[in-house]
Amino acid sequence: MTSENPESGESRAASAPGKKAPQKKKPRRRLSRQQQRRRMLLRSALTGFALVLLQPIAEWPLVRRAHARLRPPGAKDQDHFLGACIKCGQCVQVCPVQAITFADITEGLGSGVPYIDARAQACDFSCDALSCILACPTGALSHEIHSKEEVHSGIARLARPDACRARLGKGFRGTTRGPGFRGRLRHEEVDRWNALPVAEHPYDREICDLCVIECPIGESAIRLEALEDSDVPGAMTPVVADACVGCGVCEMVCPEEPTCIVVDPFGEEAMG
Amino acid sequence: MSLVNDLAMMFGRAPQKPRHKTDAAVVLHGRKRGRGVEIQKLIEEIAAAQSVHTWRNRRWAVIVGINLLFTLSFWFDVQLVEGSLTASRFLGFHLADVYSGILVSLAQHHIPINLLIGMVTVMLIWGLLGGRAYCSWVCPYHLVAEWAEILHLKLAKRGIVSDHPMHRGVRTVLWIVFALLALATGHTLFLTLNPIGILSRAVVYGPSLALLWVLLLLAFEVVYSRRSWCRYVCPIGLTYGLVGALAPFRVEYKLEACAHEGECRKVCEVPHVLDLTIKGRAEDVRVDIGPDCTRCGLCVDVCPTKSLDYKFKGLSSLL
Repeated sequence: MTSENPESGESRAASAPGKKAPQKKKPRRRLSRQQQRRRMLLRSALTGFALVLLQPIAEWPLVRRAHARLRPPGAKDQDHFLGACIKCGQCVQVCPVQAITFADITEGLGSGVPYIDARAQACDFSCDALSCILACPTGALSHEIHSKEEVHSGIARLARPDACRARLGKGFRGTTRGPGFRGRLRHEEVDRWNALPVAEHPYDREICDLCVIECPIGESAIRLEALEDSDVPGAMTPVVADACVGCGVCEMVCPEEPTCIVVDPFGEEAMG
Repeated sequence: MSLVNDLAMMFGRAPQKPRHKTDAAVVLHGRKRGRGVEIQKLIEEIAAAQSVHTWRNRRWAVIVGINLLFTLSFWFDVQLVEGSLTASRFLGFHLADVYSGILVSLAQHHIPINLLIGMVTVMLIWGLLGGRAYCSWVCPYHLVAEWAEILHLKLAKRGIVSDHPMHRGVRTVLWIVFALLALATGHTLFLTLNPIGILSRAVVYGPSLALLWVLLLLAFEVVYSRRSWCRYVCPIGLTYGLVGALAPFRVEYKLEACAHEGECRKVCEVPHVLDLTIKGRAEDVRVDIGPDCTRCGLCVDVCPTKSLDYKFKGLSSLL
């Protein structure tokens, strides 16, 4: 931060036994008390100033990147969320599928703030109670939300329609995302309380509709419709509706690499 | 009057010579004249003696223990303490770091009720246990800064580095500026750079790139300015200093046996609070060390005449 030559009393005393020839060494000017005090005040002011300046410098170029994250359920707009989050990580701890992780310092303001990487592990609402909202001590995750249907994290979008298996009239068999995938998803009909590893849950669908059948919200959020203007017989397409809350399960289970369907977090455009 | 003076000193005022001394103190001060030889002998004894680290080792164990409790609660899902040092829940009760809570409230223009409960609980705890005791008994940055300090002192002894002291008033100014920044921007900018939060999160949830910032701070302390974050910057420490201004748990100075040789001031993180151990400064035969004291006990360990010791006001008379 500040760089100055050492000039305090200790350094002069300590550097006395010279290794270099004494005539080569510049005799150090002895500073008066007043000079020493002036230097002390100067470096104090510089250090304080540097610490204050460092904040906006570290933040501003990165603010927009911080805004592109999918936040845990209950985050209102990103601006409010980033300001209200105390960065304690209690939401991270209570999530039963560990969907929530921390942003690092590369995200400026967002550093230490939680987000969800839906492709790796989406929020499947398997806690039912919205534990993360209940855990939040500051209301960064709004306590006004009581059910998963009220969540407003983002909205799904078919980002790569050309690669979508349903639109190509293809089905899907086997486990999605490969055997090494570590994400988990609750299947209520199998286990009411615990989410199962995605890698242990094979599918056999005549037409690929994983994004539709796994949606925790259901038909009102995403459904499969016949694709009319297609040359492929039996081609279907997922259609996202307003009830979508942006939990990201569709993004996690899409078998294509990279995913065909993505969740756009809300509030991304709020400051951009 | 003494409390006002203690607080002013914590905010950055230089220690003053006392205007009044009690009669008993005057008598004791008088008895100490012409003891130069005795003190010279004492200094030689200190140099020859093995250093004692009783309180330091206990304290280090407590820091490690408390921070591990967070980690184990998370990794083994025992839900004893959830969260990190900025805010947590202990057996379900909200706890929140006071300054972090103030910043969040200022940024939101609103105090969330759970946060308020957490802040008040923490203020009650440290109001009893001695404010900045949080620094030396809980804060993980304090621990690594102590190690950096040991390194700094070794290097300084060999003349490789030297300490560049700063004005302690910087901390007070930064406390206000960070708060105003939160109020003006709606963002808790300080929390991004807060090494306590970064370290605590790293301990609980795993390492992050943000640790590089902590390393940079430590390097600055080793090379340039001894203990500079804790001494001249940390608004969290200052807040706890205020919280514990009247705390019954403190370090007490006894004038009688003190040789005024100054070993305590050499090891102290906040040596201005020990200014009263300089010859002729103590205004009474027993004086409580001021609110900026972190109750770390380094002075208790190092004092050759047992003139400094912990006490819990009211409790000692009960026992």
